[in-house]
Amino acid sequence: MAIEVRIPTILRSYTGGAKSVEGSGSTLDELLSNLDAEHGGLRDRLVDGENLRRFVNVYLNDEDVRFLGGLKTPVSDGDTVTVLPAVAGGAF
Amino acid sequence: MLTISRDLQAKIIEHARKDHPDEACGVIAGPAGSDRPVRFIPMQNAERSPTFYRFDSLEQLKVWREMDDRDEEPVVIYHSHSATEAYPSRTDISYAQEPQAHYVLVSTRDEPETEFRSYRIVDGEVTEEPVTFTE
Repeated sequence: MAIEVRIPTILRSYTGGAKSVEGSGSTLDELLSNLDAEHGGLRDRLVDGENLRRFVNVYLNDEDVRFLGGLKTPVSDGDTVTVLPAVAGGAF
Repeated sequence: MLTISRDLQAKIIEHARKDHPDEACGVIAGPAGSDRPVRFIPMQNAERSPTFYRFDSLEQLKVWREMDDRDEEPVVIYHSHSATEAYPSRTDISYAQEPQAHYVLVSTRDEPETEFRSYRIVDGEVTEEPVTFTE
């Protein structure tokens, strides 16, 4: 089973520079734990306790997982998960 | 150092003025590894706020995929402050996650002049950089 996970520049230090890695799992939660086994520390950049961190965007194919099931989003073979750090800021 | 055309500078300022008092935001893409800003991409401020900006997540996915397809990267990430200095705030610094980008800040608090400055933000450290304008 293979799910492609596309990694943004800032997290490539966890993947030895790779832009894309493969993992498995039946939910996003499982997939991130699976990836973390090989790329230690990666999960912690994306997950805070029981939730995805606020200023990281995670997409399943073309959708933002915030609108699907967050960490509980089901994933399957052939899916592509994309991670992008949110771009935000403000006056203060 | 940021090298950018006067035309792109003008586009950033025009966007900031148009959206004032909300913060304006966007990207200028360039060929990956070139450090050359070429393609102006104004973005929606999903917060529509005078004190906060955020790229809409689906719009960001579309733009980032497009850059990837074209072998580009975000060379400049710009946004405006409408009542404060064109200097990265604590929030700007904590959310800056594109280490290779030049973070351009403009301030629309005064008229007619628009403060236009550029910074590198890496690992929470801000370094202002000189800007060279090309015609």
